[in-house]
Amino acid sequence: MLKNLCQKMFGRSLWVYHANSGGCNGCDIEVLNVLTPYYDAERFGIKLVGSPRHADVMLCQGPAMRSTAKALQRAYEAMPAPKLVFAIGSCACGGGIWFDSYSVLGPVEKLIPVNYYIPGCPPRPEAIIYGVAVALGLVDKKTAPVQFKQTELPIPRYHPADLEGRGEMVVYKKIEPV
Amino acid sequence: MSLLSKLKEAAVCLKAGRVTLPYPAQAQPVPPKFRGRPIFDAAKCIGCAGCANNCPAREILVFDVCQEVRILKYLGRRCTYCGRCADVCPEDAITMSHEFENATNSIGDIQQKLDLFMSTCQRCGRCFKEPSPLEQLKLKGYRFDDLANEQWIFRSQAYLTEEAAVDDVKIELD
Ligand code: SF4
Ligand code: SF4
Ligand code: SF4
Repeated sequence: MLKNLCQKMFGRSLWVYHANSGGCNGCDIEVLNVLTPYYDAERFGIKLVGSPRHADVMLCQGPAMRSTAKALQRAYEAMPAPKLVFAIGSCACGGGIWFDSYSVLGPVEKLIPVNYYIPGCPPRPEAIIYGVAVALGLVDKKTAPVQFKQTELPIPRYHPADLEGRGEMVVYKKIEPV
Repeated sequence: MSLLSKLKEAAVCLKAGRVTLPYPAQAQPVPPKFRGRPIFDAAKCIGCAGCANNCPAREILVFDVCQEVRILKYLGRRCTYCGRCADVCPEDAITMSHEFENATNSIGDIQQKLDLFMSTCQRCGRCFKEPSPLEQLKLKGYRFDDLANEQWIFRSQAYLTEEAAVDDVKIELD
């Protein structure tokens, strides 16, 4: 649904505003890399603008910090209405490696709603382009949660049905030969 | 004159060719030593929680639901792909893959959760005795992270007490 909305709202070009709320500058460099002729994000109509008032998309780097929290919120409010927020880098997605320090509040999600996450520290320029392409509906996302569940516990008391014999000669059928 | 210079310019441009990567349309290989998302192999993992103790971002949570089942949860959201977990793993259950296309609209998509079966020590019912140097280190041994809130808890609380830890089954000695 979000994707459909994106395609409708942001059909032609995305103007991005680049907000660093306290990252280490690694992600900034990668974002600027994306705008170079080599990666050329302007193919998709992506253009860097200097003011949140002109922007459709906010690229957030760095965690939510005590010192920049208000400024980040104000920048978000200044953006005109259909707006998207991309959290770029593990700082913006989850608070980064200093998530438990005094000045870090946590992921930028704590201050402003985030629509797309691009993890990595810093993410490759390709990964950022991929994230934008996912948002524009050019490609499908590749990730899905992985869960491994232990269905059988190799201990007799969890499987009373597999016990054979009675009295002193109780044998667990499924025991692995040693 | 100006026409000539324009033609010259065009020739230079044609000679240079195209430098822009056709990226999302065409896959882009990564360098061989590139570290992407860590992938956990449940078949190899022994549940020692070494990765959880050594992760600088505290990305891997450990929770003992009961005596025999340990849950290992990799959140992925603040993982820096540093490869320390893969380095420390004694069983090589973690591989740093080449996956970097992890962009998603829901952060839960990059989670990995393993349910692991843990054998019980036949003597004491646990892997080590409670007041041991290991326990004093506080970073080793049984951990009890808060999986519901995705929070890492520093102190281990999962020792066997009179009241069982959450849903712990009573140990039967035979
Ligand atoms: S995610 Fe990594 S590279 Fe990006 S701002 Fe945070 S620490 Fe720096
Ligand atoms: S790669 Fe580094 S940050 Fe990510 S889970 Fe492993 S140890 Fe933690
Ligand atoms: S260090 Fe390796 S074996 Fe130990 S819990 Fe982590 S993945 Fe499993």
